[in-house]
Amino acid sequence: MELLLISTLKVILVFAIVLGALSPLAGWAERRQSAMIQDRVGPNRASIGGFRAWGLFHPIADVIKLMTKEDFVPATRNRYLHTAAPMIAFWSAVVTFAVIPFGPWLQIANLDIGVLFIFGIASLGVYGATIAGWASNNKYSLLGALRASAMMLSYEVTLGLTVVGVLICFSTVGAQELVVAQAGPIWNWGIFKQPVAFVLFFVAAMAATKRAPFDLPEGESEIVAGYFLEYSGMKFVMFYMGEYIEMFLWSALATVLFFGGWQIPWVPFEGQTWYEFAGVAKFLAVLVAIAFLQMTVRWTLPRFRYDQVMDLGWKMLLPASIGNVVVTAVVIIATPAGGVLQRVALLVGNAVVVLVALAVAAAMKGENKIGVTTEALRTQRSEEAVH
Amino acid sequence: MLSSYLPVLLMIVAGIAVAGGMLALKSLLGPRNATPEKQKPFECGRESTGSAHARFSIKFYLVALLFIAFDIEIVFLYPWAVVAKGLGVVGLVQMGVFLGVLVLGFIYVWKKGALEWD
Repeated sequence: MELLLISTLKVILVFAIVLGALSPLAGWAERRQSAMIQDRVGPNRASIGGFRAWGLFHPIADVIKLMTKEDFVPATRNRYLHTAAPMIAFWSAVVTFAVIPFGPWLQIANLDIGVLFIFGIASLGVYGATIAGWASNNKYSLLGALRASAMMLSYEVTLGLTVVGVLICFSTVGAQELVVAQAGPIWNWGIFKQPVAFVLFFVAAMAATKRAPFDLPEGESEIVAGYFLEYSGMKFVMFYMGEYIEMFLWSALATVLFFGGWQIPWVPFEGQTWYEFAGVAKFLAVLVAIAFLQMTVRWTLPRFRYDQVMDLGWKMLLPASIGNVVVTAVVIIATPAGGVLQRVALLVGNAVVVLVALAVAAAMKGENKIGVTTEALRTQRSEEAVH
Repeated sequence: MLSSYLPVLLMIVAGIAVAGGMLALKSLLGPRNATPEKQKPFECGRESTGSAHARFSIKFYLVALLFIAFDIEIVFLYPWAVVAKGLGVVGLVQMGVFLGVLVLGFIYVWKKGALEWD
């Protein structure tokens, strides 16, 4: 009974953090940030009693507006699947937060299979996008759904493989245990053992959230809005929020795996109250920083072409992540545990992976379209047109 | 042991409740006046022709097949990764053979051109 009560409180708290604070603030921050990047003013009109607060009230205005919007749908849709898809997309993003350890006590369930649980539930999000596109009975939606499913599946392989290196280093899949293993000096953090894995994880996570430069399933200028083209009002919000929550999910997982979770470097956890709150604050700070980085990338890079995305996923990230797993395993087993030698050897191994990957990429440049410039493609096309 | 999954169940139910609640709010607050024009699938203002469930490239099917092979590989890697330190060299060699077979398959798939998109 007590467990039920405490878990209910935790669930409410996590929902308050994720849905009540992070998502609306992210929506506001992203609009302001994109305005800054593009030299615009950005949203600053919504006001309560003449008080504008830099547009901070815009998320509230958005929610009220979208709640009162008409939800119009194509008559030829599949009624049940069309309604189920946004629920799946939203649900799969939210439920993964059950195992994210925000703090020493602020974790809904400390499962032994923590990271595996996150991957298991998060990959259900593919169903949301695919079913949405199929049930809409719209050609653009179908194209978007196909792109979404193929892209998300491809990058999920990399996402799963990059984590294996970290798991070898810390010998656990439990989210809380991973954080505890990174206590002490800052070089105990995952990022100092697996820097390459972090970069690969970050790129694959950006693709998994389907945001620019990986927003091909949505591609406004190509397929209008892709798989959620036929969604409006609250159902659209559920896709939109699901995307934001997923962004926070991967940022949170990156914090757990690579940035010590709630551990503050050099400060030992002594079970004191102030430390627990400071830990939660540190976790949220790192999470927001990684999410901010994702937003910056989103507003900086243009969209890939589809063959470029698939090439990047299968021909570069996947071999690099396999190489990283092999090198990490060899180094961890060959060197004495916990020593300076092991730390240095891990970094050297990572550098080797990067160098080999770059060399292979350079060697592939002729046959691989990633390296081909638009100019070269254009001449190739015009030559083909002549023949 | 099983009780540690009770909070997860709670979270799952809460997730469904919030998602359902959002849909309920929509149908409570949103207006409803559908017209035949509104209910057409959007195709940039043109009359829609034929079913949207058309044929699509077999490439997507190939990607799904490859994904299954690699995802199952990863599922096998996870338990090994957790006990890799304890298993030592023996485990490393065994996993190396397992990974090696898959990498060979990957190279074959690459050379066959299954990863090309044009």
